[in-house]
Amino acid sequence: MPIVIEHLNYVYMSGGPYETHALDDVSLTIEDGEFVGLIGHTGSGKSTLVQHLNGLLLPTSGTITVDGLNIADKATDRRAIRRKVGLVFQYPENQLFEETVEKDIAFGPKNLGLDDAEIARRVKGAMRKVALDYDALHERSVFELSGGQMRRVAIAGVLAMEPRTLVLDEPCAGLDPRGREEILGLIRDLHRDTGATIVMVSHSMDDVASLAERVIVMNHGRVAMDGAPREVFSRGAELRAIGLDVPQAVLLADKLRERGFDVPQGVYRVEEIKAVIEGIVGKGARAC
Amino acid sequence: MLNDITLGQYFPGDSPVHRMDPRMKLILTIAYIVGVFFIGNLPGYLLALAFLYIVVRISGISFKYLLKGVRPLRFIILFTFILNLFFVQGETPLIDIGFIHITREALRNAIFFALRLIFLVMGTSVLTLTTSPMQLTDGLERLLRPLQKIHFPAHELAMMMTIALRFIPTLLEETDKIQKAQMARGADFESGNLITRAKAMIPLLVPLFVSAFRRANELAMAMEARCYRGGDHRTRLRELKYTRLDVYGALATVVYIALIVVEGRLLG
Ligand SMILES: Nc1ncnc2c1ncn2[C@@H]1O[C@H](COP(=O)(O)OP(=O)(O)O)[C@@H](O)[C@H]1O
Ligand SMILES: [Mg+2]
Repeated sequence: MPIVIEHLNYVYMSGGPYETHALDDVSLTIEDGEFVGLIGHTGSGKSTLVQHLNGLLLPTSGTITVDGLNIADKATDRRAIRRKVGLVFQYPENQLFEETVEKDIAFGPKNLGLDDAEIARRVKGAMRKVALDYDALHERSVFELSGGQMRRVAIAGVLAMEPRTLVLDEPCAGLDPRGREEILGLIRDLHRDTGATIVMVSHSMDDVASLAERVIVMNHGRVAMDGAPREVFSRGAELRAIGLDVPQAVLLADKLRERGFDVPQGVYRVEEIKAVIEGIVGKGARAC
Repeated sequence: MLNDITLGQYFPGDSPVHRMDPRMKLILTIAYIVGVFFIGNLPGYLLALAFLYIVVRISGISFKYLLKGVRPLRFIILFTFILNLFFVQGETPLIDIGFIHITREALRNAIFFALRLIFLVMGTSVLTLTTSPMQLTDGLERLLRPLQKIHFPAHELAMMMTIALRFIPTLLEETDKIQKAQMARGADFESGNLITRAKAMIPLLVPLFVSAFRRANELAMAMEARCYRGGDHRTRLRELKYTRLDVYGALATVVYIALIVVEGRLLG
């Protein structure tokens, strides 16, 4: 069942000197199995929005229903919602605390009250999904790992709860290009293999362009655009006006058009622009 | 939840109270609090309230906001109230049922003690709300400087306070984030008995300590990279200066203290 957000408002530190209206009348529906990219510059309210999806923050006004359950309802078991909607925070490696990798990943399933055999199965499954070698790593201390590995352990910790919706807040922040590719790759595989709903927050257009089936653009706590990537990325001037860029492929397509080449509208993926360029230079170039 | 703490928070502004010298504000706040502890009757507390109210009005902070700062301490205040109520000895019994003995003196004591605590919190809140942490520690360092003659580490103390104050919001924010991250993994910080609750803190405290130590390490390196060697021969960007405002503030406080003393003599 979908996640339905209606007229959501959220105010931080209401009444104080630093009162911030972080979300302003946000209405959205996230359907099952979608891959949503949520973009916006820093402070646009992305993190605040995603923390509502599993009831960590409750609306100042407006409603959110997950599987037909209103998260703000007193009768709603918020832990049940957190089992449906897994949230990976920004810099999730900061939340690691256990002695070993295995124990840390088992923290979530243990809180769900599962039995040992099921916990073990889930830990192994989650480590496989994030491409960590169980045999080599499960007894290692989390604090001995590399940055990229720690991040993957943290993601595995959420995956082990087997949520049907996975929300990732800037999963690639602070990683080198290779680490970024790895994380993006495993998110893509996860979506493809399990059909899970994915909401990925990012301020990198290229990350979103390479994965998302739907792009939501936030600006000053409001939804500025919402649609298919092809459609959103064709509105380059508007994106630039709110401090965002278009993906590199779109930039390149624009430049080529300026030079008089015939590039079809709506090109936004690296593979697409690659095909276009190959078309321009002719088949012979591919051999090089 | 963590947003409710107003004590120690700075409310930027440009009122006369904001512009006073932090040293003077520190001294006057201490005078005010000491004064409150000597008040012995209700009209006296009304005077204290009136004085505080006027200062708050001048500072442009809403009085409600100040009252909000007392809320987190309501249990401590209630606790001392009850403690005083039951354990202060007195002569005129008010209630005397079974093992409960409450005397008129005890009630009086309990009320006054609670009032003193409330005024203590509100008084210091006015100071911290109108003085930036930087100014506050600057003022404190200058006030304590004479003690350096007897090897009291005034500068070091002030520096430690500055750093602590600087990192309180950061640590609160971090606590909030880690707590939420663990809650997203199904952690429960709210239910269970004392032992399960204490255990539930481990997933919060370990990451918090790890990050606090990392931050401390980074800060130490950054300070060393900028050649920090302690207080000797350090010049400052902003020198503190007393102005006419400070004289007015001091006069107002002296008048207020005099009023309390006179009132105490007449009625107490
Ligand atoms: N814990 C908090 N307390 C107070 N204000 C906050 C807090 N978290 C975020 N904000 C404010 O809310 C706004 C939206 O922030 P956030 O949702 O973190 O944006 P983003 O994730 O898009 O960078 C910002 O103005 C930010 O300063
Ligand atoms: Mg964010």
